[in-house]
Amino acid sequence: MTLHPLAFMILKRLALGLVTLLAISLFIFLAIELLPGDIAEEVLGQSATPETVAAFRRELGLDQPAITRYLAWLTDVLHGDFGTSLASGREISELLAGRFANTLFLALYAAAISVPLAIGLGLLAALYRGSWFDRTVNIATLSSISFPEYFVAYILLLFFSVKWGLFPSIADFGSDASLGTMLYRTFLPALTLVLVVTAHMMRMTRAAIINLLAQPYIEMARLKGASPARVILRHALPNALAPIINVVALNLAYLVTGVVIVEVVFVYPGLGQLMVDSVAKRDIPVVQACCLIFAGIYILLNLSADVLAIATNPRLMHRK
Amino acid sequence: MALSNLDRRGFLKGTTAGALALGLAPRAFAQETPKRGGHVRIGHSGGATSDTIDPATYTGGPVVTAMIGGVCNNLVEIDETGAAKPELAEEITPSADAKTWTFKLRKVTFSNGRPLTAGDVIASFRHHMGDDTKSGAKELLKDVIDIRADGDNVVVFELGSGNADFPFVAADYHLLIMPAAADGTMDWKSGIGTGGYTLEEHEPGVRIGLKRREDYWKSDRAWFDEVTLLTINDPTARQNALVTGEVDIINGVPTKTVHLLERRPGIDLVEVTGTAHFPFPMHCDAAPYDDVNVRLALKYAMNREEMVEKILRGHGSVGNDHPIAPAYRFHNADLEQRAYDPDKAKYHLKQAGRDSLDVTLATSNGAFAGAVDAAVLFQESAARAGITVNIKNEPADGYWSNVWLKAPFCQGYWNGRPTEDWMFSMVYAADSSWNETHWQNARFNTLLQEARIELDTARRAEMYSEMQQLCRDDGGAIIPMFANFIDGKSEKVKHGALASNRFLDGWKAVERWWLA
Repeated sequence: MTLHPLAFMILKRLALGLVTLLAISLFIFLAIELLPGDIAEEVLGQSATPETVAAFRRELGLDQPAITRYLAWLTDVLHGDFGTSLASGREISELLAGRFANTLFLALYAAAISVPLAIGLGLLAALYRGSWFDRTVNIATLSSISFPEYFVAYILLLFFSVKWGLFPSIADFGSDASLGTMLYRTFLPALTLVLVVTAHMMRMTRAAIINLLAQPYIEMARLKGASPARVILRHALPNALAPIINVVALNLAYLVTGVVIVEVVFVYPGLGQLMVDSVAKRDIPVVQACCLIFAGIYILLNLSADVLAIATNPRLMHRK
Repeated sequence: MALSNLDRRGFLKGTTAGALALGLAPRAFAQETPKRGGHVRIGHSGGATSDTIDPATYTGGPVVTAMIGGVCNNLVEIDETGAAKPELAEEITPSADAKTWTFKLRKVTFSNGRPLTAGDVIASFRHHMGDDTKSGAKELLKDVIDIRADGDNVVVFELGSGNADFPFVAADYHLLIMPAAADGTMDWKSGIGTGGYTLEEHEPGVRIGLKRREDYWKSDRAWFDEVTLLTINDPTARQNALVTGEVDIINGVPTKTVHLLERRPGIDLVEVTGTAHFPFPMHCDAAPYDDVNVRLALKYAMNREEMVEKILRGHGSVGNDHPIAPAYRFHNADLEQRAYDPDKAKYHLKQAGRDSLDVTLATSNGAFAGAVDAAVLFQESAARAGITVNIKNEPADGYWSNVWLKAPFCQGYWNGRPTEDWMFSMVYAADSSWNETHWQNARFNTLLQEARIELDTARRAEMYSEMQQLCRDDGGAIIPMFANFIDGKSEKVKHGALASNRFLDGWKAVERWWLA
């Protein structure tokens, strides 16, 4: 029995993904090795002396050669064991679980608002191309993407939190919060992310639709008397889905992996903060685990984008 | 939301006290009666995901504030006047040569109900000693030859050479007393101490939750029912959290925005003149700094007043090229204050046989906030004395391991230490691991040894005065300024007289402050 070509492609891509992950882990390991200083010096900081640094290294096995440490780490990971953090001695899987859940929650929250918003605005902007609405939406979204994230975050904080007192300035919701509290506490960081990612998706939707609106079959649809909404939703949108799905997937990946500044400003314990702390302390196993998760997310999202694009447009399977 | 933890009566009291507090300095309320109860939230800098509660790795941050001020006690604490006061020790007796110190322990229990014994104290100290320790306190205890128990309640320390200030050493933030495990090592993982709070939650780099112990042995300490320490490393986020009532106390208010925070109603600043200072150390054994005239030229080329005004925005005081701030017992107030004087700098250059001087200063904002600005200011003031200062901006990440102690001319930071001897021994003694100036002054080192075992106060004051002068005129560090510690708090939070050795009332706010 032969595999369905789509299933074959998925398997092939997954295998390639694993190779990519391996390459990334080696690359990250080498990069951190190249950074000056190691965890013993970073944790002890100004109070380090040669003897205490040596004792610290002995305790963690850092006096072993780099290649031995990498291979030991790799063996453990292949057995499903991410090991323990060098700095705190805690299980990395346990350390990551809570942080990853927080990051995913914020990413999904922001995506649930931004994806429909961006696609809706994009469709409307395409429909009313050149109108005041189109221009306003373009200017607003492009301005919000042009400001650095922390600036957008501080502006939102200033008005929604400091001046009007509507939302809390700290997003950390503690260990046992209800869904309502979580949504309320993380509203400002989610809004910041929405403002940052909307423009990209909106512009792509608008461009893809406008591109199609010049096609003869759209003119045909108009001539036969279909309403503008029906022309866009029924005739144009399905053909524009492939590029839109791609840009949405990229932005979703960004929401998971690129939000460390938002985490810092709103004091939100996510994966980005964990990774920055771990790099600063040269806690290699934690950095490795974070990178593998981030890389895995990128690989999976890109794969799903491709699969969905093909599903919505089977012609892509038979390009040759 | 800010009032949710108070009942109606508490709220009425709170508002009255708040109304009275308006327009008055917080210190005027030292005599106010403390009140039990409430949940205080502290926004704290310096936390990281890699934090542990192992005292060997403490460098400051929320963990230390929670552990030293809340969960654990030391044998000795530094009180608000800067004096060493017995804490878990009841009685401290030195031998005549200050080499043998006998600590009689108080009868207290750990939060799990087990009584404190000499074995716990010994395990807690041994944790920082020996070949396998990674502790930052190892240097501090290098003179301790032996610790032994004399019965269950007495611990005897044998020192290699006498130290009249040994009780201060026992107050160091690494030297918390935690229970001994069965094998005689310190059981820090349990997070158990003899302090006023128990550690309920520790999510490293995120939050620490403490709960009051009902059976705490100090009746006049540990007032809050619950304490939450949130790690907020971003200074702007920390201030926002205080302004919006998300937290009640924050540490480390940046001097750049302190005037804005001061204007907010309902928020008080807590500012003390501390011992923190920012030296510019030069290696006295490397050219051109091996010539004392070059060192003096650079010292005269430093515009101290400008540094205090522009880097600290007035929240500090000028330094006199030695680390002994006015807050110390034996500060020498008669020593002439060195001032910016390009002519004297040129004179010393000539004495060194030079027409001009070209030096490279390694700087980084990892050294202290505003370090790079300070370097630029120094470059300007030195230029007028005919000295070219090349600025080498180093990355903040890894500054302490890669640049400090290695670059012949760089910038440093010291929080200060409780005693003159400690400060000098740690940074200026010839044999110290942290002798950042490579300074080897025979007279200074002899005095240091002698003053350490001198029990006559007048004689000690004289010795430390001379050492300050030696440091100022011969030493390798330019010390332009001492910084104030500035914290912020809501007006609901009250405190007594403040310790000035560190921020947050000597890191003891958790134990000493209360909610009105």
